[in-house]
Amino acid sequence: MYKKSLSYPHLVWMTLFVVAPMLLIFFYAFTHSDSNGAAGFTLDNFTKFVEPLYIKVMLNSIWIALLSVVFCLLFGYPVAMILANKDRRRASLGKKPGGLLMLFVMPMWMNVMLRLYSWLTILQPDGLLNRFLNLLGLPQVNLMYTYSAVVLGIVYDFIPFMIMPIYSVLIKIDESVIEAAQDLGANKYKVFFKVILPLSMPGVVSGITMVFLPALTSFYISDFFSGGQFMLIGNLIEKNFKNPDLRNFGSAISIILMAFAFLSMHVMKIFNKSNRQMDMF
Amino acid sequence: MKKFLSVTLAMVFCMVCIIGTFGCSSKTKLFVYNVGDYIHPDVVDMFEEEYPDIKVVYEMFDSVEEMYMKVSNATSPYDVIVPSDYMIEQMIDEGLLNKINFDNVPNYKNIDSNMKNLSFDPNGEYTVPYMWGTMGILYNKTMVDEEVNSWDILWDEKYKDNIFMLNQERDMVSIALKKCGYSMNSDNPDELKAAEQALIEQSSLVKAYCGDEIKDNMINGNAALAIVWSGDAYFCIEQNPDLAYAIPDEGSNLWFDCMAIPTTSTHQEEAEKFIDFMSRPDIAKLNAEYIGYSTANYAAKELLPDEVKNDILRYPELTDEFKLKMEIFAYNKERNAKLTDIWTKVLNS
Amino acid sequence: MKKLKIGSFFENIYLFLMFLFLYLPIVILMIFSFNDIKSTSNWSGFSLKWYEQMLSDESLLEAFANTITIGIVASLVSCVIGTAAAIGIQGFKSGKVKGIINAVTNLPMVSSELVMGVSLMMMFLTVKIPLGYFTLLLSHITFCIPYVIVSVLPKLVQLDNGIYEAALDLGAKPFYAFRKVVLPEIKPGIISGMLIAFTLSIDDFVISFFTTGNGVNNLSIYIYSSVRRGVNPMYNALSTLMFVLVAILLFIINKRSSGKGDSPVIIP
Repeated sequence: MYKKSLSYPHLVWMTLFVVAPMLLIFFYAFTHSDSNGAAGFTLDNFTKFVEPLYIKVMLNSIWIALLSVVFCLLFGYPVAMILANKDRRRASLGKKPGGLLMLFVMPMWMNVMLRLYSWLTILQPDGLLNRFLNLLGLPQVNLMYTYSAVVLGIVYDFIPFMIMPIYSVLIKIDESVIEAAQDLGANKYKVFFKVILPLSMPGVVSGITMVFLPALTSFYISDFFSGGQFMLIGNLIEKNFKNPDLRNFGSAISIILMAFAFLSMHVMKIFNKSNRQMDMF
Repeated sequence: MKKFLSVTLAMVFCMVCIIGTFGCSSKTKLFVYNVGDYIHPDVVDMFEEEYPDIKVVYEMFDSVEEMYMKVSNATSPYDVIVPSDYMIEQMIDEGLLNKINFDNVPNYKNIDSNMKNLSFDPNGEYTVPYMWGTMGILYNKTMVDEEVNSWDILWDEKYKDNIFMLNQERDMVSIALKKCGYSMNSDNPDELKAAEQALIEQSSLVKAYCGDEIKDNMINGNAALAIVWSGDAYFCIEQNPDLAYAIPDEGSNLWFDCMAIPTTSTHQEEAEKFIDFMSRPDIAKLNAEYIGYSTANYAAKELLPDEVKNDILRYPELTDEFKLKMEIFAYNKERNAKLTDIWTKVLNS
Repeated sequence: MKKLKIGSFFENIYLFLMFLFLYLPIVILMIFSFNDIKSTSNWSGFSLKWYEQMLSDESLLEAFANTITIGIVASLVSCVIGTAAAIGIQGFKSGKVKGIINAVTNLPMVSSELVMGVSLMMMFLTVKIPLGYFTLLLSHITFCIPYVIVSVLPKLVQLDNGIYEAALDLGAKPFYAFRKVVLPEIKPGIISGMLIAFTLSIDDFVISFFTTGNGVNNLSIYIYSSVRRGVNPMYNALSTLMFVLVAILLFIINKRSSGKGDSPVIIP
């Protein structure tokens, strides 16, 4: 029944709409276009990227993405651990996992723009956040158009991507391993740092890759919250593709971004090879 | 197999139907591409009522650069576009605009003769002026005590984090040039460098560089000073009487938005009908009242209330002295890339 | 034992706070969609006027119609192509070819959405297909197919090959055997794949942003371009409706899969 030919439409489709466009981006990245449409080979698009200005954008962008990843991890890991513990306890009693994880992952199915919009209304100078602080007699905060607002937006948007993979690794940890450690005299913290954390690393790594890359590229979040004060790599790409004269440069940045993506995939694979607990991702 | 076939066929049929209903209908489709919020909301319906065979597909852009990108790609069959002065010059230069047959636009006679045959379309062959105005400083009188008469106020430490600038490279660089005492259209590398320095220096004082959000923020009293175009200034002042608008003494930008027909148009005649309709005094008045900008339509301006048409900030007399102070942006291809560079530097400083 | 209880008390508090962080903005948004005045922070009274205004906004309704029709067509088409592909991919035995096919299938999920978007845009521009409804649809089908494959493949792996062979031995024609024996087994995978594709499609912003034109908007793009003009309770009303719609969809997806004893489908 497994006729190979059944996969041909898919392969043709992917060749036309995924492989060909990406090759095209490569082509544009290594050429320059003249006003008369002729194209020639060049590395200018890449050397332009090494200018201090773009290095700065790049570093800025990586800094924001890293901050977001750290916050996602700090707040997401405990959620994943508590949920996994609860569900493991339920499983030991022969019950099905509760629906709590579902509740934590559900927001990411909601329209991104609408979720960001909800924060926009809250962070306004006369928005609910400041009204609330006012009520408590606390000083007003002006988060709109700052780094913090952008990081907040990214964390809010992508934290489910951190919770999910960590949870799915933690839930599979064998209870007896933990019990063994306790029997050998390890206290709570030792059990966590020596047993649980190392075992959950594959989930952490895949969570990090799932947050980091989108954080670099989510130009719409910085459009909403940064007030043009700084750019992410995503903004740079978007800006360059908007201008027909700059598309070659835009393509070059896209290639660099793709390199990032594959690098992080590779890192993840190495981690997964050393630890075969993960089969979900 | 039969069932499989019939299911597939049904799906293909559905797809064709859905695409079909969106893709074509018996009416002629007229693609109008205008700046966001730049028309009275009823005007398109009124036009369609008057010309029942034409269905207007109305699309909005955020910046003329975005519009230029789509038109120059020639992938979208726009029929009527509304570019600004320097963009008109560029599009004429690149052969992207069709000449208008003014026999089909009898209402062209209503356009203020001051607005015709300006530097960007010297023979008046390609464009019908729509709106015009100035760029200046909108300020909140409760936060700014002094008189606003110079661009220098935007560099005043007093107003740190209380200034909104436009996220528009051309306009912002030109302000910095003016502040440094140069022409807004300067192409001199040293002068541009000075402007860049000034903008970078200012960036620590700026709350945000944005677009339409400025209006809401100024109305809500979230900042003391903002760069706006005249029409937006009046829109804001109407909502919040604490606000006022000033054109600095150093001079500023005088701009014109015109209707034009790009070469992508497949319905030249219908496009001309639309432009003619927009130039009718009653329609132009509706638009002017809704948008708040100064109409280029003389007949429509005469229909406006006295306090509006005699407001010298909104309808300044186009005296020689005024024209000398104010500059119209000129098109310069090489300069565009420099501006983008400067602006990327300023935003990331 | 007592210690454990205190610990779990703090655990529950923490979960509750995170839960608030995720849902409070959405709830606030919903509440203010019923506000009487044009404010999203000042409550004045109950009214449905923003819903009325929303329903009379033509460009919004058009964006909504586009979102739904594209979601339906893209999920159906990607479902057919993806299911067929999953079956075909099972047929490849050699590791190398299968590896390449898997890599190509995963490419849209691995490479950044942004890169997908700009590369599709460049291709449409290069071959001079006018950007609009059609290009939007093609792009949506493209990013939906892999997700269908990913949700059908596990079902095929679980499938006992013997039953198909047995049906053939009993004289069934291949397609009949497929329809009567194989299809029922992999149907849950197909349907959840289709629902995932639909949800992804109606939510997509980045790829749509680059591959549409000609005044064709979907909801995300519409909101992106209008929200920056200022906050308006009309968008709150729209959000409320969308949230309810997606919540119902998710409920159906999970009801289906948990009813069959599988783990709920929550991974996009």
